[in-house]
Amino acid sequence: MKGKRLLAAISGSGLIRRGNKPSNKEKNQTSLGKRIWVNWELYLFLAPCLLYFLIFHYGPMYGIQIAFKNFIPSKGIMDSPWVGFAHFERFFNSYYFWDLLWNTFSLSFYELIIGFPLPIILALAFNEIRNGPFKKTVQTVTYAPHFISVVVMAGMIIAFLSPSTGILIKFMEWFGIDAPNFLSDPAWFKTVYVLSGVWQSTGWGTIIYLAALSGVDPQQHEAAIVDGASRFKRLLHINLPAILPTITILLILNMGNILTIGFEKILLLQNSLNMESSDVISTYVYRAGLVDAQYSFSTAVGLFNSVINVILLVTVNRIARRTSENSLW
Amino acid sequence: MVTSIKESKGDKLFLVSVYLYLIVALIVVLYPLIYILSASISSPQQVNTGEMWLFPKEITWAGYQLVFANPKIWNGYLNTIIYTGIGTLLNLTVTLPAAYALSRSDLVGRQAFLGFILFTMFFSGGLVPTYLVVRDLGLINSMGALILPVAASVWNIIVARTFFQTTIPKELQEAAYMDGCTNLKLFIRIVLPLSAPIIAVMALFYGVSHWNSYFPALIYLNDEAKYPLQMVLRQILVLQEMTAETTGAALSGDAARAMNSKAETASLIKYGVIVVSTLPIVALYPFLQRYFVQGVMIGSVKG
Repeated sequence: MKGKRLLAAISGSGLIRRGNKPSNKEKNQTSLGKRIWVNWELYLFLAPCLLYFLIFHYGPMYGIQIAFKNFIPSKGIMDSPWVGFAHFERFFNSYYFWDLLWNTFSLSFYELIIGFPLPIILALAFNEIRNGPFKKTVQTVTYAPHFISVVVMAGMIIAFLSPSTGILIKFMEWFGIDAPNFLSDPAWFKTVYVLSGVWQSTGWGTIIYLAALSGVDPQQHEAAIVDGASRFKRLLHINLPAILPTITILLILNMGNILTIGFEKILLLQNSLNMESSDVISTYVYRAGLVDAQYSFSTAVGLFNSVINVILLVTVNRIARRTSENSLW
Repeated sequence: MVTSIKESKGDKLFLVSVYLYLIVALIVVLYPLIYILSASISSPQQVNTGEMWLFPKEITWAGYQLVFANPKIWNGYLNTIIYTGIGTLLNLTVTLPAAYALSRSDLVGRQAFLGFILFTMFFSGGLVPTYLVVRDLGLINSMGALILPVAASVWNIIVARTFFQTTIPKELQEAAYMDGCTNLKLFIRIVLPLSAPIIAVMALFYGVSHWNSYFPALIYLNDEAKYPLQMVLRQILVLQEMTAETTGAALSGDAARAMNSKAETASLIKYGVIVVSTLPIVALYPFLQRYFVQGVMIGSVKG
C-alpha cells in the first residue's frame, strides 16, 4: 500500500523517467526579482506547508545526531556528549540483531511475494469482464476492507482465529483439520499477517493497474482478434505489457521499502508467545525508544533501518534503469 | 471490453474461469464482513459455539445496548469526531493553497520546493527524533500532537497539484491577471469553486486517516479522557482479547468456565463496537467510492 501511494505521488510529480519527457522551459525575458515579486502571494500559499515539513520532517532529521550521542534530556540535543558509533556497535553485537533483521526481511519478502502479484491478477480479471452490476459489486466489495482501521483489523483477526470461539477454527474443525493456535504460534504469525493484508488491500491495489489498463487502445485488441488471438493471448501480449511500467515502478518502491512494514498491525498482533517471529526492527525501535526511553540507542536502530532502505531503493532503481526504460529519477 | 463477433471455445472457458475467480474473491472478502454484522446481533452462545456462521441466530440487541451504554466508547467517539473535523480542516488549509502554488509553472523555485517536500518520502528522522520534536513543542497529551505532525501528506499534495495542473486552464489565470485580479482572489473566487472534486477527495483521504489512526494517540496521549475511538477499540478488541487468548490456554476447570462467561459479554460488545466504529465510513463509502477512486486515478496519471 505504501508503495502504491508513493508511486502515485512520484508519478504525479513528474519524477518518473519514461522515455523522453518534454521540457517545459518557457522563461521569459523579465528579471528574476520581478518574476518572484509578481507571485508573492503564491509563496504565502506555500509557507504553511513548507513550515510544516521543516518542523515535523526536517526537524527530526536534525535530531538524528543523537544516534551518535548519549542523549541526556536535560542537556538537549546539542549539548549531549558524542559517543561515535557506540550505539550501532551495541545493536550489531546484540544477540537479537540477526533475529530482528531476519524477521523484518522475511516478513516483507513474504508479503511482497504473495501480496504483490494478486492485485495485478485481480485487475486483469476485472478488465476481462463487461462493465455491469456484477463487476461493480465485486469492485465495491473488494475495495471496502481498505477503509477498515488497523485496530479493527487486528480485532477481527483475533476474533476469527480465537482457538476457543473463532469461526475459522470452527470451519477447520468441521473439515477435520487440527487447527494450530494462529495467534500465539510463532510459526504462523507471518502467514496471518500476510494473508490478512491480502484480504484488506488486494482490491484497492487494483485501482492503479485499472487506471493503466484503461489507457489501452481498443484498436490493438481489434487487430489481435482479426489475427485470431485468444483472450488469454491478448491478456498476455496487450494488457500485461500495458501495465508493465506501473508494475516496475511499484516493485522498485516496494523493494526500497522492504525494511519498512506495516508496523502498526504487527504491534497490535504481537504478544509474548509469538514474539520470536513477530519482533521486527520498527517494533523494536518503538519498545526501546518510547517504552524503555533509550532515545539514542533507538534512534541509531531507526537510522540503520532508514539507511538500508535508501540503499535498497537506489540499488533497485539503478538495476531497473539498466534493464528497462522505467525507473524513478 | 472489446466485444468479439465469435468467441472460441477456449475463450469461453477462459471467461468462465475469470468469473469463477471473481466470485471466489467476492465471497472471500464479503464473508468476514457479513459474519461480523450477523455476530453483532446474534446471541453470544450461538456465535461462540460456531452455531451462527452466516445468518444471525437468536437475534438480540444486547450487544448494541452495551456499546451505547459504555461511556468510554461515547467519549472516544466524540473525541474522534473532533480530531477528525479539526484535523481535516487543517489538512485542507495547508494542502490546497500549497498544491495550487506548486501547480503554477510561473512559480520561481518550483522544482526546489517540490524536491524539499519529496525528499521526506525517502528519508525520515524516525520515531524517536519525531517524538522529541513533538515533545519539545509542548504538544504531549494535547490534540496538537494528533493533528500537527500529520498536517499534510506528500502524496495528497502531489495529487492536488496534478489536479490543478490538468483542470485549471492557464488562460484563466492569464485573463484574471490581465483584469488585475490578485493570486489570492484568483484562488478563492475562481480556482476553488472549480475544484470541488479534489476538495472532496482530499477531505475524504485525510478524514479517513484521522478516523482510523491510533498510533499517534498511543505515543502522545496519556490521559484516557482524550483517547480517540481507535484507542478505546484497541482496549476492547485487542488488549482484552489477546490476554484472554494467551492466558486462557493455560487455565482449566472452573477458571476456564469463569473465563468463558467473561468471554461471552466480551464477544457481545466486540462485534457491536466494530460495526458502530466502522459504520460512518462504510455507510458513506458506496456514495463516495467514485471520489476515492478518482483520487487514486489522478495520482497515477503522470503530470
